[in-house]
This record gives sequence, C-alpha cells and structure tokens, in this order.
Amino acid sequence: MIGAVRERTLTPVSEADLSRMLRIRHFEKALLRLFEQGRLNGTTHTCLGQEHVPVAVSALLRPEDHVFSNHRGHGHFLARYDEPHALLAEITGREGALCNGVGGSQHIYHERFLSTGVQGESLPVAVGVALRHKRTGDGIACAYIGDGTWGEGSVYEALNMAQVWGAPLLVVVEHNRIAQSTPTAAQMAGSIAGRCAGFGVAHHRVESVDVNVVRAELSGLLETVRRDKRPAVFEVSVHRAGPHSKGDDTRTAAELAEAAAGDWYAHYARDFPAQVAALEEIERAFIDAAVENVLARPLSEWS
Amino acid sequence: MRVAEHLNRSLHALLEKDPSVHVLGEDISDPYGGAFKITKGLSDRFGPRVMSTPLSEGGIVGVGAGLALAGDRAVVEIMFGDFATLAFDQLVNFAAKSTTMYGRPVDVPLVVRLPTGGRRGYGPTHSQSLQKHFIGVPGLSVYEMSPFHDAEALFTEIFGSGRPAVFFEDKVLYTKPMLSGGDGLHTFEVRDGWAVIRAEQNTEDVLVAPGGLTDRALTALRDLLVEDEIACTLLVPARLHPLDVTPVADVLHAARRVHVAEDGTAGGTWGAEVARLLHERLWGRLTAPITHISAPDSIIPTAAHLEARCTVQAADIRAHIQRAISR
Repeated sequence: MIGAVRERTLTPVSEADLSRMLRIRHFEKALLRLFEQGRLNGTTHTCLGQEHVPVAVSALLRPEDHVFSNHRGHGHFLARYDEPHALLAEITGREGALCNGVGGSQHIYHERFLSTGVQGESLPVAVGVALRHKRTGDGIACAYIGDGTWGEGSVYEALNMAQVWGAPLLVVVEHNRIAQSTPTAAQMAGSIAGRCAGFGVAHHRVESVDVNVVRAELSGLLETVRRDKRPAVFEVSVHRAGPHSKGDDTRTAAELAEAAAGDWYAHYARDFPAQVAALEEIERAFIDAAVENVLARPLSEWS
Repeated sequence: MRVAEHLNRSLHALLEKDPSVHVLGEDISDPYGGAFKITKGLSDRFGPRVMSTPLSEGGIVGVGAGLALAGDRAVVEIMFGDFATLAFDQLVNFAAKSTTMYGRPVDVPLVVRLPTGGRRGYGPTHSQSLQKHFIGVPGLSVYEMSPFHDAEALFTEIFGSGRPAVFFEDKVLYTKPMLSGGDGLHTFEVRDGWAVIRAEQNTEDVLVAPGGLTDRALTALRDLLVEDEIACTLLVPARLHPLDVTPVADVLHAARRVHVAEDGTAGGTWGAEVARLLHERLWGRLTAPITHISAPDSIIPTAAHLEARCTVQAADIRAHIQRAISR
C-alpha cells in the first residue's frame, strides 16, 4: 500500500515548469466549468492533482520518442505539445481540432502522441513501436497508465514481451490510489513493484509532488531504457484532486481532504505563494481567452 | 502445390521483397515453423523479422499494430483462429478503429492470419469458423484463403489498403492443391478478387462460398452436374467483407436461384449479410429466396461421427440446392 505524499520543502521551480503545470490545471478547470454550464458534450477525465507528472516527464523526452496516453491524458498532451487551443477544439468539436473532433478527449493522435480509451490497450502497441525504435536505433516509447490499469491482462503481456525482447519502453504509472470509485487497496493484490519484479522489469517509485524531484528520479531510469534497450516502470505517487470524470466523486470528506492535501498545487502555493499567484493570473487569463476563442469557432468537419 | 506450401512461399516472397514486413506468432520459428508449418524456413532466412512470441494473442496483435503504426508491416499468426477472441479488443478497438478515429486516415498495414475450421477432430475450442464475428467492424477487412487466389497478391492488397485484415485459412484446405484452369467439367477463372467456377456460361443456379468450402462445393457441383444434370456456378470471393459483387454482376444477374454456403454456425452470419446484399440487387430476378447453408447452431464435437454432423458437408450443399430447385 502506498502512503501519503510526504510533506517537505519544495526545491525552487522554474517558471517554465510552474507555468505549464498551472496551464494544464486551468485547462482542466475550464473543462469542468464548461460541463457545469452545459457547454460541453460527452465526458472528460481531468488530471487535477497530477499535472506535475507529465511536466516532469516531458522535459526528458526527445522529439523522436512516441508517447502513449490514456483516458486522463490532457496533461500528458499539453506537457508535450503546448497546443491548448487545438486540444480544446478537439474536445469541443471546433475548427482547428487535433483530430477533427472525431476522437475527442481520449482518442488523440498528433505527431508522436497517441491516446486510446481502453485501459491497458496501448501497452502492447507501445511494445511494437518500441521494437521499431530499437531497430532504428533512436527513440523510445513512453506509455502513461494508472494504478487501476494493472487489472488488465494486456499490461502483463506487454511487460513480458518488452522484457523478453528488450524493448525500450518506459511505463509511467500515475498511482492516484483510486480507480474511478474503487480504492486501489480494494482492487490490487500485492504491489506494482512486486509485479514488476515478477517479470524482472526495472521499477522505481517516487513519492514527491516536487516536479524537480520527480524528474531527477526518472532521469537515471530513463537513461537505462535508452541505453540498454529495455523496459522500465516509473511509478509516481499522486493524488487525484478532482472527480473521476465530471461530478462523480463519492469519496468521503476525509478522503477528499487527504487528496487535497496531497495535491502538488497546495504545496507550491504554500512554498512559493508570490510566484504561484503571479503565474496563475497569467495562465487563468490565457486559458479563459483560449476558451472564448475556440468556442467562437465553427464546428469541426469530418469527411 | 498444396495450399500450405503456397502460403509459405507467399510469406517468403513477402519478406524477401519488403524489408518492412515482420511476421509474429506462437511457435512460428524454425525448426518448428508453426503449428501448420506455414512459416517454415522464415526465421532461418529472415532472422529477427520473424519472431516466435509468448502465448499472448491480444499482446502480439497489439505489437503487430504498433509496428504497423510506426511504419512497418506486420503479419501475425494466431495458432488457432478460435483464439482470435483473445485479440478481439486489439483488432476491433485499436487496429480497426485507428484507421479512422483520429479524424484522418491512418494506415495500419496488419494481417492477422487465422487457421480455421473443423473436420480435423480438434474439438470445440480448436475447430470453429469465427468469420461472422468480424463482419461489419468499421475499418476491418475480412479475407479467406482459397485454392484459386494468390496469397502474396492478397497480402500485398491488404497492406496497400492501409486497413487491418483478419485472414482466415481453412485447416483442411492447407492439405489441398492450389487450383487453376479447370477440373475437366468446370473452368476456373479468377477476376478482381473472385474465382468463377462453372461448366457453362449463365447458369440458373449460383453458389457463393468462401475459399475454405472449395473442396466440398466442388464435390457438390460435380455431383449436381453428373448425377442431377444441374449446372451450378461457384463464386469464391477472397475478401468476404466488405463484399464487392460488381466483378461478378454478370454471373449473378443471369441467375434464377442463389445459394450461399459457409462454415460458421447458424445465426447472425456472413451468409445472411451476403443474402441481404444480393436480395437488394437481384430482387425481381430471382425465382426463390436465397438459400443459406451453414453449420448448425452448435459447438463442434471432437469424435469424427459427431463432428461430421456439425460441419458443412458436400452432401449438405448438394441437398440444399436440390431442395431449392424442386420447391
């Protein structure tokens, strides 16, 4: 069982990282707001509380790397591609959408970023892509999954093949302790570390909301993936500060308080209040303007 | 040359001509060369492009899709077509959908080969014909090997289409010879993906059947012709879905009765879809509803005498056609 994120003093954060974390956060908050206003169709899964993970990871990725994302993928995308207008247009079905509004929130294919909506489905695909990277000699596949995804058999088939064949595959696990409404303790026997050990796959877990710490702890592991052409699992302990999708949070007040306390945002607001306040104003305004801009566009077309 | 050997040579040619082609599957490497020996000699000759895999049907179809997505071309062998159910998610929700769900055409050059069918005594989980479960999946093509069609050309056609395909190969057909020219009674003609087998032009009866039924359909045709003096034309499409009947429109338009045979079990079948399509085109020309011949709504037993009852036999095809004519 994974513990609560330990409180500690954060290391100084770069403006670029903090801005991106806040940009993602306000993007997600804007989506929830639009849903409340009845201005968004369908559903969405926000990454509130987890924004620092893809920001930490993306800085270590190279343009030739492939990224595979899941249902909770807006942060994964925005950390790699600073294109919130195009993503919002995709989610709202407007002109300029990444995939003409066909894929929506959880089916995005843009340059070397691909997301799918079925849990664990992307991991075997990522192994195939990683094998090509291995053959061409550059790049890796990086796949984001959650703790709940470890219920899927495809995860184990993929880890096994990746290890047997030496595929350069980095699996980033955002362990947010809850799968939709089911606490991880109620749906996962053993641990992710133990499961990786069973396959001989390198595993490293970090429990920190500090973007610099997460990045530094990943750096060495990622180098072994690149250099030794082998898979690795990087598990980051996070808290899901928001609902699974829209208004479907059944956690108790105490559980929500714990999640809020483990949110990176609370830590950064405490340690760097002036920096957060200043950048937050900029990002909030930027996203507000993006929402106005995108929603004023014509509907997307698909032929 | 037997069909198994033809398929093997086709894979050799495919790998030789195109360095982006990869073949994956369980136990496909030499010296074993696959459960049905279709991949024999490939790993010795092409090394790492031919990979024996763990027993992970879903996983290896996903890997094939990943290779295809990244710019390679992949052939995945599922040892028994029955196990395609384990790869259903990767086929339906990933490989097929990816061709369109990202709002623009995305190429997924992937062939999933499925040794299929009964009549070999392998029992309920190793004898099925699951074609019908893959009919009507957006983005997915369904092919079936026949003794008339060149497999290398079909694989090349699938890769060129950018769409993934399931490719059914009847396990008894493996042991039969490739066919061309004719059999003394009938001529064999291949045109635009269809084989046309007939004793004379413009027959009143036309039988449509996938390649795996060829031996039984030919026996039925010969018996009908010799014993019953009924000339029936056999049409064998290589691509079962989407089905384009345009190349054989002349044959169909001359028909008074059409019969469709398949190895799948009754209910929600490929043949019913063919009948729907042909009823629309041929309504008013036909003198009877389209005859449907399939395996019964049953599992396939192991013992030979029981299995025979639950698989389509040449005599069944002949009897159905006789009945339709005498109605």
